[in-house]
Amino acid sequence: MNKLLNTLFSASFALLATTSCSANDYVIKEVTSGIYYHQGVHEEPSEANIGAIANVGFIIGERCVAVIDSGGSYIEGTLLHQAIRKQTSLPICYVINTHVHPDHLFGNAAFKNDKPEYIGHEKLPAAIASRESFFAKTFKETLGKAYTGTEFISPTTTVSIDSPVTIDLGDRTLTLTAHSTSHTDHDLTILDNKTKTLWTGDLLFMGRIPVMDGSINGWINTMEKLQSMELNFVIPGHGTASSDLWQQGLENQHRYFTTLRDEIRIIIDDMGTIKQASTQVGIQEKDNWELFPHYHRRNITASFVQLEWE
Amino acid sequence: MFNRLITILLVSFSLTLLSLPAQAVTPSEPLWPTLKTVHFGDRAIREDANDLLTIEAPKRAEDAAIVPISVKSLVPQSADKYIKNIHIVIDNNPEPYSANFHLSPELGLIDISTRMRVDQYTFVRAIAEMNDGSLHMVSRFVKASGGCSAPAGKDAAAALARLGKMQIRMRKPTIGEPVQAQVIVSHPNYNGLQFDQKSRLYIDAHYVKNININYNDKPLISVETGISVSEDPSIRFTFTPTESGALKADVTDSEGQQFSHQKDI
Repeated sequence: MNKLLNTLFSASFALLATTSCSANDYVIKEVTSGIYYHQGVHEEPSEANIGAIANVGFIIGERCVAVIDSGGSYIEGTLLHQAIRKQTSLPICYVINTHVHPDHLFGNAAFKNDKPEYIGHEKLPAAIASRESFFAKTFKETLGKAYTGTEFISPTTTVSIDSPVTIDLGDRTLTLTAHSTSHTDHDLTILDNKTKTLWTGDLLFMGRIPVMDGSINGWINTMEKLQSMELNFVIPGHGTASSDLWQQGLENQHRYFTTLRDEIRIIIDDMGTIKQASTQVGIQEKDNWELFPHYHRRNITASFVQLEWE
Repeated sequence: MFNRLITILLVSFSLTLLSLPAQAVTPSEPLWPTLKTVHFGDRAIREDANDLLTIEAPKRAEDAAIVPISVKSLVPQSADKYIKNIHIVIDNNPEPYSANFHLSPELGLIDISTRMRVDQYTFVRAIAEMNDGSLHMVSRFVKASGGCSAPAGKDAAAALARLGKMQIRMRKPTIGEPVQAQVIVSHPNYNGLQFDQKSRLYIDAHYVKNININYNDKPLISVETGISVSEDPSIRFTFTPTESGALKADVTDSEGQQFSHQKDI
C-alpha cells in the first residue's frame, strides 16, 4: 500500500515539475512607448513550454488596454494578464486575435473577467467552429496539464475585408485590417497609428519556418503589400520585434514561398506527385529556418494542391 | 478510514488514467476487428499480402487535410485473374470505410493514388478483392500531423467558387504504352464539420460520391468515395490506350450534382 501511495505522490510531483513557467520567467519587452510583447520560443507547443510559442502582447492607451493575441494556453493567458497588471491598472477593453491558431488564441479565457470586446476577422468565428473539436482533442494531448482552463472564445466584433476598423484606447488609435486569404483565410493585422507599429500576426514568421494554412499565392501578394508599408516597428507572429530586421524577414519569407511555388509548378507541369515534390522542393532553404523538418513538407503538400488549379 | 482513503486515491488515480490525453486521441481498443466484421462479414482476409500489392502513405500526415495514398499491384490484371475491387479503410477516421475502387481487368498493373484526410494516428488499409472473391490486405500506420494542421479546408470560399471544375491531366500518351493520368474535380467535400459564416450553422456533409473513369465508353475505374477523401478529390492511375479515343470522367456528388470532363487521345 505504501508503495502505491509513493507512486501516486511522485506522479503528482512529476506533473507539477513539468510546468516550469511561472510569472517571473515570463519576460515582457517594451517594443516602443506603451507597446509590450512576449516573444514565443521556436519550439513545438508542449506541456513544458505551456504553448507559449507565438508572440503575444498588449498596447496601453490613456483610457484602456488592448491585448493582441492571448497566448497558447489558458496558463499563458494568465501570465500575460499578470504582466499587464505590472505595467498598468487601466481596464482591458479589447482582446484581438490575429487568427485561429491555438498559439494565438488559447489564452482568451484568461481575460473573461475583464469583459473585453473580443475582436477578429469576419471569418474567424467559422474558423474556430470548424477546428474546435480537432484542436481540443489534439491539444489536450500536446499541452497536457497546461491545457486546463482553455476555452474557445469567438470574437464579438469582427472586421470585414476591405473595411478596416479603428479603435481608440484613449489618445491612441489602432487600425485593424482584415486580409484576404494568406497565412489563413482570416488574418488580421493591427497598426498602432501613434508609433507606426504593425502587429503582423502570422503573416510574418522570422527565424521559425512559416506555415501555410491559407493560400500560397494570396500570402505572397500580401507580403508584397506589407513590404511597401512605411513602418517604424514590426512585431511578427514569431521571432524578434524590431525597427530594422523586419524588411529582411519579409524578404526571407517571400523568397521561401516563391522558391516553393516555382519548383512545385515545374513538378506539376511534368505530372509529378506530391511525394516527389516533398522530397525535392526547397531543400536549399533547410538551414535558413528553425523547425524546418516539422513544417516544410506540409507547406509543399498544401501548396501543391492549390497550384494544381492555376 | 484508511480503506476509504485508499478507495478515494484509487478512484482518482483511475480517473487520472482515464483522462490521460493519449486515450482521447488514439482509441485504446483496435477498431479493425469490428470494421472487418461490419464491411466484410466473416470472410477471411489474408493479411500482409505484399506479394500481390503495396500501399504507400507518408509515415506522418504532414497536413491532416491532404495525405497522399498510393496502391500498386505486383501482378498484372488478366481476364481470368484480376483485382476486382480495392477497398480503402482508415481505421480511426470519422467514417473509416473511405473508398471502393472497382477496377477493370484491362488496366494492366494497378497503380492508383488518391488523397485522404487523416486527423489522428491510424492504420490505413488497402484490401484487394480478387475476381474469385478472395480478400488480400496490406496496411500502413500513419502518425497524426502536429501543430495547427486541421482536416477542415484552408479556404472554403475558394473551394466553393470552383465547385465542379474538372481537370484530366496526363503526359503526351503513345498508343499501346502505359500512361499516367490524373482526374481532379474541384469540390469542397464537406464532411459535416465545416461551419457556415452566414447561417452560423454547420454545413451538412456534401461530398463527391462517385467518380467513373471510362476510355471509349469502356469502364476503367469506378470509385465510390466518402468524407475521408480530401477537398478537390484526385484520382491518379495508369492505363494503356490501345487505340485513339476519349478518356472521360463522370462525377456525382451527394446532392446529385453531376460533373464531367473528357480528354481526347
